[in-house]
Amino acid sequence: MRKNYELEKRKYIIGGFIVIIVLIYIVRLFNLQVMDSNYKQFADSNAFMRKTLYPSRGMIRDRNGKLVVYNQPAYDVMMIPRNVQEFDTIDFCNTLGITVDAFHKRIADMKDRRLNPGYSSYTPQKFITQISAKDYGRLAEKLYRFPGFFIQQRILRQYVTSTAGNVLGNIREVNQTDIERDPYYAAGDYCGDLGVEKSYEEYLRGEKGVEILYRDAYGRIQGRYEDGAHDIAPVSGRDLTLSLDIDLQQYGEQLMQNKIGAIVAIEPATGEILALVSSPTYDPKLLVGRERGKNYRALINDFYKPLFDRALKGAYPPGSTFKPSQGLILRQENIITLSTAYPCYHGFISGGLRVGCHGHGSPITLQPALQTSCNAFFCWGLKAMLDGHRSKYGSVAEAFEVWKRHLVSLGYGYRLGVDLPGESRGFIPNANFYNKWYGENHWSANTIISIAIGQGEISATPLQIANLCATIANRGHFITPHAVKSIQDTVMPEEYVTKRYPTIDRTYFEEVATGMRMAVTGGTCRLANLKDIEVCGKTGTAQNPHGKDHSAFIGFAPYHDPKIAICVYVENAGFGATYGVPIGSLMIEKYLTDTIAPERKYLEERMFNSNTIISSGVKKH
Amino acid sequence: MESKNTNSSVLKNIDWVTVIIYLLLLIAGVVSIYSASYDFDNASIFSFEEFSGKQIRWVGCAIVAALVILLIDFRVYETYAYPIYICLILLLIVTIFVAPDIKGSRSWLVLGPMSLQPAEFGKFATSLALAKLFSSYNFSLNSSPASYFKALLIIFLPICLILAQKETGSALAYLALFFVLYREGMSGLVLTAALFAVVFFVTIVKYSENMIMGIPSGEVAVFIMIEVIIVAMMAMYCKIVWAARTLLFWFLGTGIAAWIASLCGLEIPGMIFFLSVIGIAIIYCLFLLFRGPVKRILITIGGAVVAVVFMFSVNKVFNDILQPHQQQRIKVSLGIVEDLRGAGYNVNQSKIAIGSGGMFGKGFLNGTQTKLKYVPEQHTDFIFCTIGEEEGFIGTTIVLMLFLALILRIIGLAERQPTTFSRVYAYCVASFLIFHLAINVGMVIGLCPVIGIPLPFFSYGGSSLWGFTFLLFILLRLDAARREHHNY
Repeated sequence: MRKNYELEKRKYIIGGFIVIIVLIYIVRLFNLQVMDSNYKQFADSNAFMRKTLYPSRGMIRDRNGKLVVYNQPAYDVMMIPRNVQEFDTIDFCNTLGITVDAFHKRIADMKDRRLNPGYSSYTPQKFITQISAKDYGRLAEKLYRFPGFFIQQRILRQYVTSTAGNVLGNIREVNQTDIERDPYYAAGDYCGDLGVEKSYEEYLRGEKGVEILYRDAYGRIQGRYEDGAHDIAPVSGRDLTLSLDIDLQQYGEQLMQNKIGAIVAIEPATGEILALVSSPTYDPKLLVGRERGKNYRALINDFYKPLFDRALKGAYPPGSTFKPSQGLILRQENIITLSTAYPCYHGFISGGLRVGCHGHGSPITLQPALQTSCNAFFCWGLKAMLDGHRSKYGSVAEAFEVWKRHLVSLGYGYRLGVDLPGESRGFIPNANFYNKWYGENHWSANTIISIAIGQGEISATPLQIANLCATIANRGHFITPHAVKSIQDTVMPEEYVTKRYPTIDRTYFEEVATGMRMAVTGGTCRLANLKDIEVCGKTGTAQNPHGKDHSAFIGFAPYHDPKIAICVYVENAGFGATYGVPIGSLMIEKYLTDTIAPERKYLEERMFNSNTIISSGVKKH
Repeated sequence: MESKNTNSSVLKNIDWVTVIIYLLLLIAGVVSIYSASYDFDNASIFSFEEFSGKQIRWVGCAIVAALVILLIDFRVYETYAYPIYICLILLLIVTIFVAPDIKGSRSWLVLGPMSLQPAEFGKFATSLALAKLFSSYNFSLNSSPASYFKALLIIFLPICLILAQKETGSALAYLALFFVLYREGMSGLVLTAALFAVVFFVTIVKYSENMIMGIPSGEVAVFIMIEVIIVAMMAMYCKIVWAARTLLFWFLGTGIAAWIASLCGLEIPGMIFFLSVIGIAIIYCLFLLFRGPVKRILITIGGAVVAVVFMFSVNKVFNDILQPHQQQRIKVSLGIVEDLRGAGYNVNQSKIAIGSGGMFGKGFLNGTQTKLKYVPEQHTDFIFCTIGEEEGFIGTTIVLMLFLALILRIIGLAERQPTTFSRVYAYCVASFLIFHLAINVGMVIGLCPVIGIPLPFFSYGGSSLWGFTFLLFILLRLDAARREHHNY
């Protein structure tokens, strides 16, 4: 091969280029590393201390402006292990009121990576958390004697009342998963756990700030670096106003004591949750401070599961409270008219199948059927829809899908989207479910007839049931229920102000509302017939495999301008009329009139004192 | 040479100097990554949870890959140069569409537990293709524009695709291949022009505040540089010394006149003054066309015109075409602004880390700046500052010297190759290393804008390590076979 020697000389240019670059870099490095001493000072690990400034967490008020949750300062003793020098351990322990053994145990625990996976000797570690203001005062005086230790001010949540633990939630220290998920958090930070503390965490927490302090070689703080030019001020969290009426909530919890179950009360016009009681409940004050871990474990291990929010996580058979929705669907689908009557000979009897009922006139039409909670009427209605209208729907499965879609539009079968964590979706089967269960074309109305009265495969959360009641109260629309009424300086999310319309016409809601009114004036809910307020209601008595029937009630009032819609669900308490109706009507009365009429005091007394937990399926071990 | 292409002959003929430098760099890299990501008191260097543990796995795979490359017949690389290039181009295209968005760039292919960056592997494929092109029969860069077109096509295809992946740094690295074009006959004027373009750009952007004669001082300086270039080209390139002298007197005379005028308080509009002075000089050069080498004079005139136009476009390009974060990075590296909490944060922290190392460094694992995570990306693009902090000036100099030795050794290898293919390929390797070293270290010590490209063999990550290992060991394989060509 011919070599081009003219071009070969260019290797010197290319080689020379990189030699010059490397020389320039070496000169620059010599300058940076050897000549210039500024960088060494900057970098001295003692020179700067980045102190995190914690914002105050947003406060929480109820719908009437009553303070519910606020902050109180607490002090954590922190240490940077690398900076700790010889100090008087005994003096230190005496100041903090701990033994020397406890001190050494604490240090050993801190360095154990199994207990403290974020341990690094270069970064601040928690030594003791939440010391009292008195200890803080004593320690602050002597702190200069303990190099490497400093005090970090933190914020503790304080609760004005012992109520609404399930809605409020609490705060806990972040874990490794939180830190990886959200770069905002650093080890030792707090974040919301359960309730609105969790779901509105990003509004409540605010933004951390940082203060850069300059220290001398002995660790003494000399002042703020460049007069705080690089500091970032913390931004306080935003305050929340709950839609809850904290007095009503407390009253509900009192009525539900010694019972298992839930109460959900909603303001129909706005979708705001007025009360969200889950029983048994717990005192949110238990989950504050140094005892939090112990108390939390106790609550987790409690077999009545107080941490389980039954109001939105419990999926129950709705029982007869389901019947209004059935009336709506049958009317919308034109299966029945207001004067369509079905026979009831103490129950629904078809093809060897029998669903029992109680004594009332026969045959019966829709509104009296709601009034007396007739099982047969709704069984016949469902049978007519599924089996009797082949020409309209084509098949049982098609008809069933139509039925299901109406229920979904009423808020059943899927999460409603409440602003609290952990909502359950309940269960509304679709045709496919039965096709798999029984085989295609091997099922008909008779096979699944119990769903007509809210039994069988159907389940719904008390929140969904209350929401249906609010939809009827509104005569045909609802707003996604939410527990927070407003956020400081923020517009509420679109979803909590937008009306949602089920696939059922307004007139049918009016008819069902009248039926529910009749149930109060002359039917199953007579105990709810208040003197001055026109209450509408529907009882429910749901069979279940755990013991006695569940007692349920839905109702709203006043009839023509509803201010409250409510669902009461008491596990294993018997008839809807025995517990559901009294509790529901007392809640309505309390909310609308602020007192309980003297002639109804006996009911209140009875509810306060009755105990149904003993007949529940849960056995104390 | 009686021995055929066997393993033993490869090991005998392999360039051990390069291999040893390579291994030293690898070891230093793993140790630095270990130190950079060292966090907890009980961590182990072999723990696969840590970056260094993962990097050891990457290194193990890289060494296995290197051995495989050495075992393959050297003719394979030349024979399959184009197919390999086409495959990588297809891979780059696919990447644009299937890669997930990671920090705004779509350049990572996620394959189960690991992610690879095809842009890194494009380097050896592009080098092979370029070498193949130059070694094709009767190919000469200067024989026709078509030759340039083909070479530029091979270089710019991957650049465009990588730009489409929003990975500007990796794309710019391919510009390094212009060194290869230069070595293979491209006129030195191109690199000189590029150099001046950079100088003009920096001057204009950096000195845009002070006004002289109604225009920014940077522009005045550039005008004067253009005058100097015209005189120098006339003297040294066109070789018409008397004309150069005339031009020199013209520029000096007008300059002194303007200076005296301004001393007397006379305001001369700078823009009109310089444009007319240079315009008259260009007209004078046009007359020279009758008396000197036409082509060279034309190039001189063209260069002057292009330089003036370029000067006018700098501000427009800087303000309108570059994105704000790019403008900010350039301003920071030129020392115009000191944005310590934004764009300047990385560089400032990195300078503090390196600067605090002193002559001998703080010692292995004793660095505080890197430990406390002050320097972002410290185990990837900013790995050099860990060395600076812990091993001091001695450490950084040794690392730079190792890289310099490697690059010069590769240039040496290139020139001893018997075939054009091997030589061009070797220059490609050297060019990539030059670019990565110059830009990465320059950015860490605050001399270049921050362009996110890794330090070869050091930075954490498998793609870069494997890419450069492939690049280097294919060269070593070709080099080991250099004597076999004499048999043909």
